[in-house]
Amino acid sequence: MLLQFERRDTPSKSLIFATPFIAITITILLSSIMLLIQGKSLQTTFFSFFIEPFESTYALSEVFLKFGPLLFIAQALAIGFRAKVWNIGAEGQMIMGAILASSIPVYFIDSESVFLLPTMIFLGAIGGMFWAGIAAFLKTRYNANEILVTLMLSSIALQILYYLLLGPWKDPMGFNFPQTVMFQDAALFPPIIFGFRLNYSLIIPIIFTIFVWIYMEKRFGGFQLTVGGLAPRAATYAGYSANGAVWKSLLIAGMAAGIAGMSEVAGPIGQLQRSVTSGYGYSAIIVAYLGALHPIGIVFAAFFLSVIHIGGDYALVTADLPISSVHIFQGLLLVTYLSSYTLVNYRFKPRKAKVKEVESNLT
Amino acid sequence: MNGVQQPLLTLSKLTKIYGSLLANDSINLEVFPGSIHAVLGENGAGKSTLMKLAYGSIQPDAGQILWKDKKIDYWNTAVARDLGIGMVFQHFSLFETLSVVENIALTIQGPKKDLIDRIRMIGADYQLEIDPTAMVNSLSIGQRQRVEIIRCLMQDLKLLILDEPTSVLPPQHVQALFDALRKLQKDGVAILYISHKLEEIRELCDVATILRDGKVTGKVDPNKTSAQELATLMIGRTIPKIERRKSDNKSKNPTLNITNLNIKNPDPFGADLKDLSISVFGGEIVGIAGVSGNGQQELGRIISGEDIKGDLEPSAIEMFDQSVTRKGVIERRDLGFAFVPEERLGRGAVPSMTLSQNSLLTAFKKGMLKNGFIQGDVVTKFTNKCIKEFSVKASGNGATANSLSGGNLQKFLVGRELLLEPKLLFLSQPTWGVDVGSANEIRQKLISLRDNGVGILIISEELEELFEITDRMYVLRSGRMSNSMNTSEVTPDAIGEYMIGEEREGANNAIAV
Repeated sequence: MLLQFERRDTPSKSLIFATPFIAITITILLSSIMLLIQGKSLQTTFFSFFIEPFESTYALSEVFLKFGPLLFIAQALAIGFRAKVWNIGAEGQMIMGAILASSIPVYFIDSESVFLLPTMIFLGAIGGMFWAGIAAFLKTRYNANEILVTLMLSSIALQILYYLLLGPWKDPMGFNFPQTVMFQDAALFPPIIFGFRLNYSLIIPIIFTIFVWIYMEKRFGGFQLTVGGLAPRAATYAGYSANGAVWKSLLIAGMAAGIAGMSEVAGPIGQLQRSVTSGYGYSAIIVAYLGALHPIGIVFAAFFLSVIHIGGDYALVTADLPISSVHIFQGLLLVTYLSSYTLVNYRFKPRKAKVKEVESNLT
Repeated sequence: MNGVQQPLLTLSKLTKIYGSLLANDSINLEVFPGSIHAVLGENGAGKSTLMKLAYGSIQPDAGQILWKDKKIDYWNTAVARDLGIGMVFQHFSLFETLSVVENIALTIQGPKKDLIDRIRMIGADYQLEIDPTAMVNSLSIGQRQRVEIIRCLMQDLKLLILDEPTSVLPPQHVQALFDALRKLQKDGVAILYISHKLEEIRELCDVATILRDGKVTGKVDPNKTSAQELATLMIGRTIPKIERRKSDNKSKNPTLNITNLNIKNPDPFGADLKDLSISVFGGEIVGIAGVSGNGQQELGRIISGEDIKGDLEPSAIEMFDQSVTRKGVIERRDLGFAFVPEERLGRGAVPSMTLSQNSLLTAFKKGMLKNGFIQGDVVTKFTNKCIKEFSVKASGNGATANSLSGGNLQKFLVGRELLLEPKLLFLSQPTWGVDVGSANEIRQKLISLRDNGVGILIISEELEELFEITDRMYVLRSGRMSNSMNTSEVTPDAIGEYMIGEEREGANNAIAV
């Protein structure tokens, strides 16, 4: 018996809210099987995944350190996703933001100016917007698919980063490591608590979240953007610019990713190096969907994902899990979430088998 | 016909459910060989669903299908075709870039040469002549329909299903179609004829099954039943006749004036607009008749401002004595222009958005914004007013646009645009897929709007509709506009002449050569 997909007429509202929890439950069940086969203790594993991140101030500060960029990028991407502009290249936009922002401490090594950090924020935004703007231009001008363009631009950004780190921007005193000089204090966000890596850059995503919420829920501009994405011909009919939606979505995302990249080099990393993004650009896509593309949902999703990221790190040590198990756990979560979300909107229906001998029956 | 004859196809207690909608509710229908059986009903009554069930393209949730009294366990299109059932859909399924014979070869086996001969033979037999080597994109709608019918006739045809076959035909072609169908009937072929046009059914069919809200409400002999009775069975009540008088407060200056519009269509199969001029005055309803695909869509987008051509003369398009040729949609709306497009979902409304959000789509200048912030209460009030004044059946202002039936959504969209208090209203196919009752309400509203001095332009395929409400008419054919005609002074046949003019010209040329 074959199965076919059939769209539900009215997906249940409460089920949409329940989806993340269902996904988490299924993930825990499935990974329990995996852990049991591996002979690992379930208790220790889930303790390290879900409890240890809250046990110490240090652990919690690390959770919030991850929370910032994830929240920032996911909020911005969700604007585009709601408008059906599929920017999956936040990673590259982040890199370009980090590169442009780094140019200041790289070229003004001795400056202690108070304008250093604001200039870097500005340049970070410009770098990300420029990179996303290329995709917007190609999309609006030549109708080039933004999924491919943004993804490929990420690869290009990475190569530019490597070139700079191996060539002109390499720290001459850095024992030939592919990284820039360590930035001076004036080029770094001050820590919120002395001695921890968590810093004041966290404020930017939080303010941004409030703006996004107001923009998408209350502002006409947000409405126009959503219309442009959901029904481009309706946007043209009403006189809204369909291209405007593409530009706005990509530029906002580029700005957010660029500043997030800047916050990394001016924050926990303190220099430009190869692993500047920590994969936030891709994880943020998961966060945006896990949060059902809703500004409030994304706050919870970003926090949750940060917890299991940090929890994953602890699981490596405390529960002695291999890194691939941690990746499987995180991957399972996304797969179960997306499939539960699909099943909220669709249902399976059995398809009857074909009967060939109808004709012969007749005669 | 004798009473003991065996039915060819029997539909027994067929039920089809779409979500919460009971599209077909245990429907019984018997079709006999040599009978033209009408299935009559409004839009949304379940006619098309029933025909798709009969043709096997969808499966019933309950009930049985019998062929010559034998139950068929699994019914699908392949089985239906093998048994000799053919169907001509409302929207043709032909490849435009292939020739007639190539299209037919996709479903009928055989060497191309034989197929060409057979197409010619069938064409001669049934007076459905067509050039087998002609490219489909060069054919008129009527000719394409012929290709579809011939394709059905190429197999051993026992039952032919036609879905609203005349809705796209000019009056002159309708008789030719009827002649062919009568010939088929004589040859013993059964015909299921779907329509909502009462006069046609009374002329052509010998049995009529009437559907309403997915149920059979009657089975009658249409020759012995009056159109009024049929209408009552179909709609469940009598329809008030549209009241109208001649337009009396026509404005001095045109509200819309298009002069010598020439537009080359980038789409090779689309129509170019050639030297096209029309004018609409305040206080009159002007209709543009013609079969779709003759430039209607292109013209619609030019008038609405969705398509702005920079190379046109500034005087090409004027509204209220101002050039709007280079003005966008919003600027035109600011002047007092409003527009209801032919595609309701995806263009006139965002399908997944609520009615309130869809009000905001075009009515945002009605106090719905304050410094760019959406004023929820104003939007809600506007939406509720629209729902109430235009009797839109919806669960409330929070209902999504795609949850409404075609007729109700159209009432909502017309209502939304009317509440903008336009001075020039443009509607494209205002009653396409709209049930008779709603269509009537919409037409009545348009007439009272006209009486208040608003200029109204309507593009429509439905000649009856245009004759019912317009004061003047144009015909658009191959991107050219006819001269203006006063509706009271022309006949549908005369309009039909214009609609098929080109074919005639072609024929004349052929003779001349």
